[in-house]
Amino acid sequence: MTTAIPTATLPTPAYPPAPPVERPAPMASARVVGRSLATERLFAGSVLAMGLLVLGTLGAIIIMLAVGAWPAFRTFGLAFLWNPVWDSVHDQYGAGIMVYGTVLSSVIALVIAGPLSIGVAYFLTEILSASLRRPVGVVIQLLAAIPSIIYGMWGFFVLAPWLAAHFILDVADAAAPIPGLNKVLDYGSGNSVFTAGLVLAVMILPLITAMFVEILGATPVVLKESVYGLGATRFEVIRHVAIPYGRRAMIGAIMLGLGRALGETMAVTFVIGNATRLSPNLFAQGSTIASTIANEFSEAGFGTMKLASLLGLGLTLFVISFIVLAVSRVLVAPRVVA
Amino acid sequence: MGIRTRSRKATNVAVAGLATAAALVALVVLGSILWTLIARGLPALRFGILTTSMAPTGENGGLANAIVGSLIQVGIGMAIATPIGVLAGTYLSEYARGSRIGDVTRFVSDILLSAPSILVGLFVYVIMVATTKTYSGIAGAVALAVIAVPIIIRTTEDMLGLVPVALREAAAALGAPKWKVVTMIAWRSAVAGMLTGLLLALARVAGETAPLLFTSLGNLNWSTSLAKPMASLPVAIYQMAASPYEDLVQLAWAGALIITLGVLAINILAQLTVGRRR
Repeated sequence: MTTAIPTATLPTPAYPPAPPVERPAPMASARVVGRSLATERLFAGSVLAMGLLVLGTLGAIIIMLAVGAWPAFRTFGLAFLWNPVWDSVHDQYGAGIMVYGTVLSSVIALVIAGPLSIGVAYFLTEILSASLRRPVGVVIQLLAAIPSIIYGMWGFFVLAPWLAAHFILDVADAAAPIPGLNKVLDYGSGNSVFTAGLVLAVMILPLITAMFVEILGATPVVLKESVYGLGATRFEVIRHVAIPYGRRAMIGAIMLGLGRALGETMAVTFVIGNATRLSPNLFAQGSTIASTIANEFSEAGFGTMKLASLLGLGLTLFVISFIVLAVSRVLVAPRVVA
Repeated sequence: MGIRTRSRKATNVAVAGLATAAALVALVVLGSILWTLIARGLPALRFGILTTSMAPTGENGGLANAIVGSLIQVGIGMAIATPIGVLAGTYLSEYARGSRIGDVTRFVSDILLSAPSILVGLFVYVIMVATTKTYSGIAGAVALAVIAVPIIIRTTEDMLGLVPVALREAAAALGAPKWKVVTMIAWRSAVAGMLTGLLLALARVAGETAPLLFTSLGNLNWSTSLAKPMASLPVAIYQMAASPYEDLVQLAWAGALIITLGVLAINILAQLTVGRRR
C-alpha cells in the first residue's frame, strides 16, 4: 500500500539554468524534408482538387443542361416554364403540364407520408419497447434502401389495379353530387397522378420516418423529464417539448422528402399514365418532369427541338429541387445516407 | 381524478392508438411490397436466368447479359468514384475545417447527394453520349460514379470526424507530416466506417435505373464492350415489366427479387460493419 506524500512540504529544488544543447548539424535531412514537403503538397493538392471537382460537377450539370436547353428557351421564351403544351407533332413544347404533375404528385405524397411518418416515429420512440427499437430502426433503413423501381412495379401491378377496383369508383360516386369536388375526384384510371402520389408517399415514408426518429431522439432528456415531473403525459411531452425543440429539423426532413419525391423517376413512370394533358382530376392520367424525360427521351434525336425541350424540363426540375434541397439543408435536416 | 386530467389521459391513449395504427398501415404496405416481390419473383427464379441472355417473348431468355452488364458498370463506376469520394471527403474533414470554400463544397455535395438521379443521366448524356453520338457502357459507369461520389464523401467525412483529435496530435507531435497523419492515423482509424460508406454507395448505385436509361441505354444481346450500349439489371427489369408479355413480366419480377436481395445483402453487410465497430 502506498502512502500519500504531502507535496506541500517538499522543498522546491532550485534548478541551474540549462546549458545550451548542442544540436547535431543537419546532414541528409534537408533532402528528406524536401521530399516530404513535396509529398505533402501533392497530397494536399489532390484532396483539394477532388473537392473542387465535386464543386465543378454541380456547375457543369447546370451549364450543360442550360446549354442543351437553350434552343427551347430561345424559341418558346420564358413561357416554356408554364406553357401547358406538349405537342410532338407540331413541335410545340412547354413545361406546364409536367410542372403541375410533379408538384401535385409530390404534394399528395407529403400530405400522406408526413402525418404517417410522425405517427410511426411516435410509435417507434414512445410506444415500442426499447429492446425492439434498434432492430426496427435497421428494418426501416433497409426499406429505405430498396431500389425505387421495385416501388414502381408494386404500384403498377398491385396498387393501381386495387385502386381501380376498390377505391376510385366509390370515391368518385361519393363526390359526384358535390360541385367543385366532382371535378377534382372524377372517374378515372388506376394509373393516375393520385396513384403516383401514393407510391411516392410509400417510398419516402421510411426516409422521413428515420429522420423523425433521429430528431425526436435528440431532445435533451432533462427537458423531457422535467415536463414529465410536472405530470405531463407522453403525448404532451412530445407535443409541447420534443416537436417544438426539433421543429426546424423536422421541416428540413420534410423538405428533403419533398426533394426526393419531386425528382423520383422510376416509381412514378410506372403508375402515372404518362398523358400529356392538363386535368384538375386527381384520378386522371398525367405526367411529371422526370417521367416525361424517361418516357420520351428515346424518341428525341440528336439536335432536335424535342431534345432541347426535354433538357429544358431537366433544367426546370434542377432549379425546383435545388431550391427545395437548399432550404432543407439550411433547416438542418439530419444527414442520412440513403 | 378531475375531468381535465381524465380528458388529457384519454387524449394520450387516443394518440397512442393513432400512432400504432399509423405503424400498422406502414407495416401492411411495406409488407405487401416485400410479399409481392417474393410471391411473384420466387416462382420465376430458375438457374437458366444466370446462364442465358435476354430474348424476345417465348424464347425462354434469361438475364445473364443484364447481370454482367450491371456488374461491369457498377464496378467501373465505384472504381472511379472511390478515390474521388475518399479524397474529397478527406479534404472536407482534414483540410477544409471552417474554410469558406470547404463549406460551399460540403453544401454542394449534399445537394448532389439528394439531386434527382435522372438529371445525372441527362448530364452524362450531354457530355458523353451526345458528343460521341453513341450510347455506351462507359457512359453508364460514369453516371453511376457521379451518383456514388457524394455518398462516399458524406460517409468519409463523418467517419474521419469520429477519429479523436488527440490521435492526430500525438502523431503530429512525433514529427509526422500532415499527409502521414491523415493516411496512417486518420484513415487507418476510420477504415471500417469508410468501408461501410463504400458499401452503402455500392448498394445505392446497383439499384439505379434512371441515370442508365440514356447513357448505357440497355442491350438485348450479350455485350461487354464499354463503347457500345450495355444491358443492366434495373433497365432490363424496366423494359420487361412494361412489356405486355407474361413471360417477360415474370422474368422482370425474378430480376427485381435478385436486385433487391443483392441490395439488402450489401446493406446488412454494411450494418454489421458498423455494429462491430461500435
